[in-house]
Amino acid sequence: MRHHRIAAAVAAALAAAGLAACTEKPEEGADGGPIAVTATDDSCEVAATEAEAGTVTFAVSNDGTKVTEFYVYAEGNRVMGEVENITPGLTRELIVELPADEYETACKPGMTGEGIRGAFTVTGEAADLSDDEAIQAAVDSYKTYIASQSEALLDKTGEFTEAVKAGDVEGAKALYPVARTYWERIEPVAEIFGDLDPKVDAREDDFPAGPTDPAFTGFHRLEYDLWITGDVSASAPVADQLMTDVQEVVERAASEELSPLQLANGAKELLDEIATGKITGEEDRYSHTDLWDFAANLEGSEAAVASMRPVLEARDPDLVAELDEQFAAAHAALEAHRDGDGWRLHNELTEAELQALSDAINALAEPVSRVAGVIAG
Amino acid sequence: MKRRTAIGLGAGGVLAAGAGFAAGRLLPEATAAQADGGADEAIDFFGANQAGIVTPAQDRLHFAAFDVLTEDRDDLVDLLKAWTAAAARMCGGDYAGPGGAVGGDYYGPPEDTGEAQGLPASGLTLTIGFGPSLFTTADGAGRFGIADRRPEALQPLPGFPLDDLDPAISGGDLCVQACANDPQVAVHAIRNLSRIGFGTVGVRWSQLGFGRTSSTSRTQATPRNLMGFKDGTANLKAEETEALDEHLWVAADDGPAWLAGGSYMVTRRIRMMVETWDRTSLAEQEAIFGRDKSEGAPLGSAAEFDEPDFDATEGGQPVIPELAHVRLAHPSNHDGARMLRRGYSFVDGTDDLGRLDAGLFFIAYQRDPRRAFIPVQESLAANDVLNEYIKHVSSGLFACPPGVADADDWWGRTLFA
Repeated sequence: MRHHRIAAAVAAALAAAGLAACTEKPEEGADGGPIAVTATDDSCEVAATEAEAGTVTFAVSNDGTKVTEFYVYAEGNRVMGEVENITPGLTRELIVELPADEYETACKPGMTGEGIRGAFTVTGEAADLSDDEAIQAAVDSYKTYIASQSEALLDKTGEFTEAVKAGDVEGAKALYPVARTYWERIEPVAEIFGDLDPKVDAREDDFPAGPTDPAFTGFHRLEYDLWITGDVSASAPVADQLMTDVQEVVERAASEELSPLQLANGAKELLDEIATGKITGEEDRYSHTDLWDFAANLEGSEAAVASMRPVLEARDPDLVAELDEQFAAAHAALEAHRDGDGWRLHNELTEAELQALSDAINALAEPVSRVAGVIAG
Repeated sequence: MKRRTAIGLGAGGVLAAGAGFAAGRLLPEATAAQADGGADEAIDFFGANQAGIVTPAQDRLHFAAFDVLTEDRDDLVDLLKAWTAAAARMCGGDYAGPGGAVGGDYYGPPEDTGEAQGLPASGLTLTIGFGPSLFTTADGAGRFGIADRRPEALQPLPGFPLDDLDPAISGGDLCVQACANDPQVAVHAIRNLSRIGFGTVGVRWSQLGFGRTSSTSRTQATPRNLMGFKDGTANLKAEETEALDEHLWVAADDGPAWLAGGSYMVTRRIRMMVETWDRTSLAEQEAIFGRDKSEGAPLGSAAEFDEPDFDATEGGQPVIPELAHVRLAHPSNHDGARMLRRGYSFVDGTDDLGRLDAGLFFIAYQRDPRRAFIPVQESLAANDVLNEYIKHVSSGLFACPPGVADADDWWGRTLFA
C-alpha cells in the first residue's frame, strides 16, 4: 500500500480534462464451437492453431496436478484474453475477440513464468483502428486483464481466508503469497479507492499501537498472526473482513472508468512499489515472501504497458524496443531467484543480489516513466 | 537555457575563461576569480586535461563509483557520450538535458531533476576515472575488448598493514568526482548522471565531502582537516607547471597512449577516531603530525611553508620525531615523489556507538601510483603514529583519461575509439 491520494486526484483531473475513455463491454459469444485446450504440468495442447477473425472460444481443461492459467497474447505479451486459477480436473472457457494477426497461446502450470507457448494465427479481417479507437482498445484490453485478475483474486483470497478460519496455519501460509499475487498485479486500480486499500494492505507502521492495534486489518495482519504468533484462533473476524473488503474492491474496480493515463501511471507505480517496498523487504516483513509480490508487480506493469502497445508502436517505436529489452532484463534478474514454482525468501538474498534487482528496476522504470507522455501526446 | 547567469558574468566571460583554460592548464583570470569570490562561476569543462584536478579545490564533493551492468561495449560507449554531453551542460550552469527541469512533456518526467534551478554553475567540475575492473574481471577475463589497453600501473592497490577495507565501498568500474562550491550543485550532477546511467551502470558507492582539505593553487590557503591540523602543505600546485608534468600528468611514453594527458586517482576513505584524538595532549598531537597546530609550521620552524628541518635535534632528540606524519609522508623520504591531493572532510552522522562517523576522504592524483601513493602509504601504514587514531575503510584506484577537447569529443574516446 502507498499513501498517494494526490496521485489518484491528479489522475482523476487528467481524466476530466478529456483523456477519459468510456468503456464498452466486448461482445461475447461462441463462433464455430470452442477450441479444446488440454493442459498438463508440462504440456499445453491446443486443438487448433488457426482461427477466423472474430470471437474465438477456448475450452481449457487441466489434466495436470498444478493449478494452471491460459493466456492468448498478441505481440509483446499483450494480453488479449486469459483465464486464471484453473484447478486440476476443471475445464474453463475463454471467450476472446481476435482480429487477424499472429498470436501466442500459453498455459502456465503452477501459475508462474513465461508458460508453455504455442503459435496461434488468426486470418481474415485485420484491426484498423483510429487513434482514439486504439486508445480505447488499450483501455478495454487492460479492463479484460483486471477482470480476470479480479476473479482469481476472489477465488484465492477465499481459499486463504477459509484456511485461516479453519486454523490451517501451514495451508494458509502456502496460500498467502498466491492470493497476494493477484492483488499486487492490479494494485494501482485498488489504490484509486483510497479508503479500501489501507484496510486490505496496510502495514503495522500505519497504526499507533503497531501490529496488535485493533484497527490493523487485511493481509498483513493475517501474515503477522501466521508467521509471528502462529496463533490464528482469534483471526476469523479479520479474515472475514478481508474477504468483504476484497469483494468491494473488485466490484468497484469493475465499474470504474479508467483513463489511458491511469494505465500508464499505474505501470510506473507498480515498479515504484517494487523499488520502495519489495526490494527493501518492507512489504512482507513477517513472511519474507516479497519476491512473489515483486513478480506480480512486474507482471502487472508489463500487462498495463502491453495493453497500450499498438498506440506506443505507432507513436514511439524506439520506446517500445527499449521497454521490451528492459522488461526482459528485469524478468531475467528476478528469474535467478526462482525456487520451484515460487521464489526465494527476501531474507535469503544478499545485499549484492538485492542491488542487482534494484538496478534492473531502475533501468526499466525510466522508459516506463516516459509512457504516460507518449500516451498523452 | 541557463539555470541562472552568474552576476557580472555574461556569456562572453564564460567563453574567455574557456579559451584560457584550453590554452594553458589554469588561466590567471579563473584563479583570480576563485580567489576573490568567483565561487559562482563556471569552470570550463573542455581542455587538454580534465577539469577538477588542478582546478582550485572547490568546497564540496560528491564522489560516486559505478559498476557497469552491461557487457555490450556499444552501450557503454553510448553512455559515456551521453554522460559527456550532460556533464558539459551542467558544468556550464545548465540543466542535464535540453528539456530542463520543467520545459519538457508535462505528462512525462522532467529531463532534469530540478533541484539546481536558479543555482549558478558554482565552479562545478566533473572528472571521470576508469577502474582496473573495467578492463578485466577479477578472474582475468577481458571486458569490452580493452583488456590489452589496461595500463600496468592500473592494478588494484596492494593491501597495506592495518587496512580495514569494506569491499562494498571500495573500487568500482568507473568513478565520477563532482566538485562544486555549492553542495546541491555537486549532488545534482551525480544524481542526474546516475539517472542517465540506469540500466547501463549502477552506483556501487558514493561519498559526500563538505570541506576541502587541500589547496591545489597558491591562491588558496591550506585548510585544516578534522583533526585541526594543516596537512599536505607540500601539495602539488597548479602553478608548478614543470612539476605537474613530472609528477601529475601521464606522459605519452609512460604506457598506453590513450592515457597521455591523464592521471591516476587514488581514493581512500579514512575514518578518524576523533573522540580519542580530542583527549590527546596538544604536545602529543603536534609530535604526531610534526607540525604546530596553530600556524601549521613544521616543528622547529616559524611558518607553514618553511621547509621542514628533519636533521634538527634538541637535547639529542630530533625536533621532528622519527615517526612524525610530516617526515614519513614528505617527498624527501620518497625519492621526491609528489602527489596532488584533493581530499575532503566528511561527517556521515554518527555510528552505532554514538561516535562521529567522520574523517578524510583522501583523493590524490599522480603520474604513477607505483612511485607515489603506494610507497608513501606503505611507509605510513607501517610506521605512522597517527594510525592509532585513523582507519582506512575504503580504497580505489582509477585511471583518469585526458580532457575532452570539444563538443564532438567524449569521455574515454581515446580508450574506446
